[in-house]
This record gives sequence, C-alpha cells and structure tokens, in this order.
Amino acid sequence: MSAHDEVEYLLRLADDRLVLGHRLSEWCGHAPILEEDIALANIALDLIGHANLLLTLAADKEGKRRDADALAFLRDGIDYRNCLLVELPKGDFAVTIARQFFFSTYSLLLSDALRQAANDDLAGIAAKMHKESRYHVRHSGEWVLRLGGGTDESHERLQAAVNDLWRYTGELFLTDDVEQRLVSQRLAVDASALETPWKSQVMDVLGRAGIATPDVAWMQRGGRLGKHTEHLGHMLAEMQVLQRQHPGASW
Amino acid sequence: MRVLESVMDPEVPVLNVVELGIVRDVELLENGARVTVTPTYSGCPAMAVIERDIAQALRDHGVGRVEVRTRYTPAWTTDWIPAEAREKLRAYGIAPPGPAEHDAPVQLGRRRPAVRCPFCGSSHTTLESEFGSTACKSIHVCDDCRQPFEEFKPI
Repeated sequence: MSAHDEVEYLLRLADDRLVLGHRLSEWCGHAPILEEDIALANIALDLIGHANLLLTLAADKEGKRRDADALAFLRDGIDYRNCLLVELPKGDFAVTIARQFFFSTYSLLLSDALRQAANDDLAGIAAKMHKESRYHVRHSGEWVLRLGGGTDESHERLQAAVNDLWRYTGELFLTDDVEQRLVSQRLAVDASALETPWKSQVMDVLGRAGIATPDVAWMQRGGRLGKHTEHLGHMLAEMQVLQRQHPGASW
Repeated sequence: MRVLESVMDPEVPVLNVVELGIVRDVELLENGARVTVTPTYSGCPAMAVIERDIAQALRDHGVGRVEVRTRYTPAWTTDWIPAEAREKLRAYGIAPPGPAEHDAPVQLGRRRPAVRCPFCGSSHTTLESEFGSTACKSIHVCDDCRQPFEEFKPI
C-alpha cells in the first residue's frame, strides 16, 4: 500500500502548511505595523504555495480525480492531517510569532532532509520550501529576540505564548508505521530525528531572548489521526464556505 | 527562445522570463512546442499569468500546440539572473540580488551586506523589511538620498 502511505504523508505535510497559512492570513489588515502586515501575508502566501504543490502531488498519487482545490476545500476536519499546533487560534502577536518560530525552525530542518527524497517531485518541492523557510526562520526568530528583550509587556506576552504552545510541539516529532515504511524507501523524513536539533536551536534563541523553556513532559497529540481541537472546524467553515455553497466557483 | 524573450514578468516588467531563469528548456515538436518552466516562489500569483503569457506568445507566432511543463529540480535561484538583467533591474529602480546563501546556517540579527541604493549608488542603506510588495522583494531606505527602494532579494 505504498501509494496510500505516500498520499497520507503528503497530506500531513500539506495540511500543516495550508492551515498555518490560513491562520497567518487572518492577520492581513490587522498586524501591528504595515511592514509586518506585508511580511505575515507574504509568509502565508509561501505556506499556501507549498500546500498547493504538495496537495497537487497528493491528488496525483491518489488518482481519484480530486485536484488540490478539492482536497483543500471539500475535505472535512476529520480528514485533515495537520498537527494541532498550526490550527490553534492566531492569538495575540506573541502567540503568532512563537508558533511561527517553532514551526519554521521545524520546517527548515524537515525540508533540508526531505531534499534527499527518492521522489524527484517531492525533493524539488522540499528544496523550494527550504529556501523560503530560511526567510521565515529569520523573520520569526528576530521577533522572538525583539519581544523577549523588549518591554515588560512584550516579554511577559511572549513567555505566556511559549508556555501555552510548548505542549503542542511534541507532535511535530511523532512518527508512526506509515512514516517508518516511507522512511525505509527514502520517501519521508524520520521526524523523531529532528527533535534534538530543533530543541537545541529553539532553546538557544529563547535563551538569548531571556525566555524560559517550559518544563512540560506531557504533549498533546491527535492531529495526524484526524482528532483535532474544536478550533479547526471553525477555521475550515470559514475557509471552505465559498466552495461549499457555490461548488466549482472560480474567479 | 527569441519569442519567449518578449514575455515579460508581470510584476517586474523590465525582465523577461528567459532572463529570470524561469524558462529551463524549449523543445520543438512536430506540430508545436514544449516549454519547461521552473517556478520562482511557491506562492507567487504571477506564475499562472506567466505560463499563460508564454503559451499565448508562442501561439501568436504560429506555434500550433503549446505544452507548458513544470520542473522543480533544481530549485529556482536568483543566481541564474545574468549581469545585463541585473543592470536593467537597477536602472528600473530595483536593487539587483546579491549572491544567494543556500545552505549557510540562518543567523539572527546579523548585519547583512549593504544593498546599494539603485538611485544614488550609496551603500549607506537600511533594511526595513525582508518582505515587500511581492514575494521576490524586500524593502530598504537609502540613508543618503532618503529614497525608499526595493531589492530583488537573493534566494
């Protein structure tokens, strides 16, 4: 069932980026300053672009005559395979930046390794993700330093955001049979191997920002199996409303 | 190829799609042509327009069937933009890209190499944001002539 495994894995990669891209796009017109509004919208566009490439590949592998749009706009929450971290509400600016920093650091490590995938299309998409993720890591990482070393309020808000989000980071490094079967064929990256470098890079920057790393042992999980928080349903209702009400509508 | 040099980037209309490095290969077939393109940024909305413009330009020149294919590997880089095209960018008011960093570790808060102001040539410029009006540009201000300007950012 290699094709089934591949589709499943591509959906995990794509859904993380589609859901996070949509969450980031919620800042459009609401960010604290104009340059930041533009930056968050740009990063959202990159993420949705990655999702589009990955969903196109998934649709092709699946062979059920569903295209990327059908996968994005006509799947229910239970069929979404994103991790819980990306579906949480955008929160305040500190929550958005902390999440972006956690995810971008992970995505840079993942895409770096995925460039060696045995599937040329996937390796090519990973190479693009890798180049663009460098800008995302720098943008969010510099904001972590700025907020952590800024005012008392910015520091407190960032610390609170890191405390709240930390328990959702463990899921990024969970692996299962689907992934392990693909790893042995060089069609996936062993996510568990990314945890140590991720922690060291993230804790280095948090330390420089004067932010304490939470001491949380228990991690939330479930997104990869379709068990989501209540937030995803609300988000999808908004994201999918047009295609649900006017099937096939286009510009 | 000559026909494709008339297809300009809709967002940066001084560069054509060959100079940008988007067109990777052109094969002439019996009754048409097959063009292989490599996308710039993953989320660049101009890519769909570019592909349509390529097909249209070839059809306007009597090429019957046009097939536009996408190739992801090797990933597009601004290092493919030749020197003459960089000069066109500068004359248009966009600072050309420096060398791409590729695999060097990401550094935070580093002092980036100064981007030259495309208007007065000064190197005393300040980066305002690495994200600008399109996916491919960053925003700077010249500290000498006080002119805000964009850079085609290296990737």
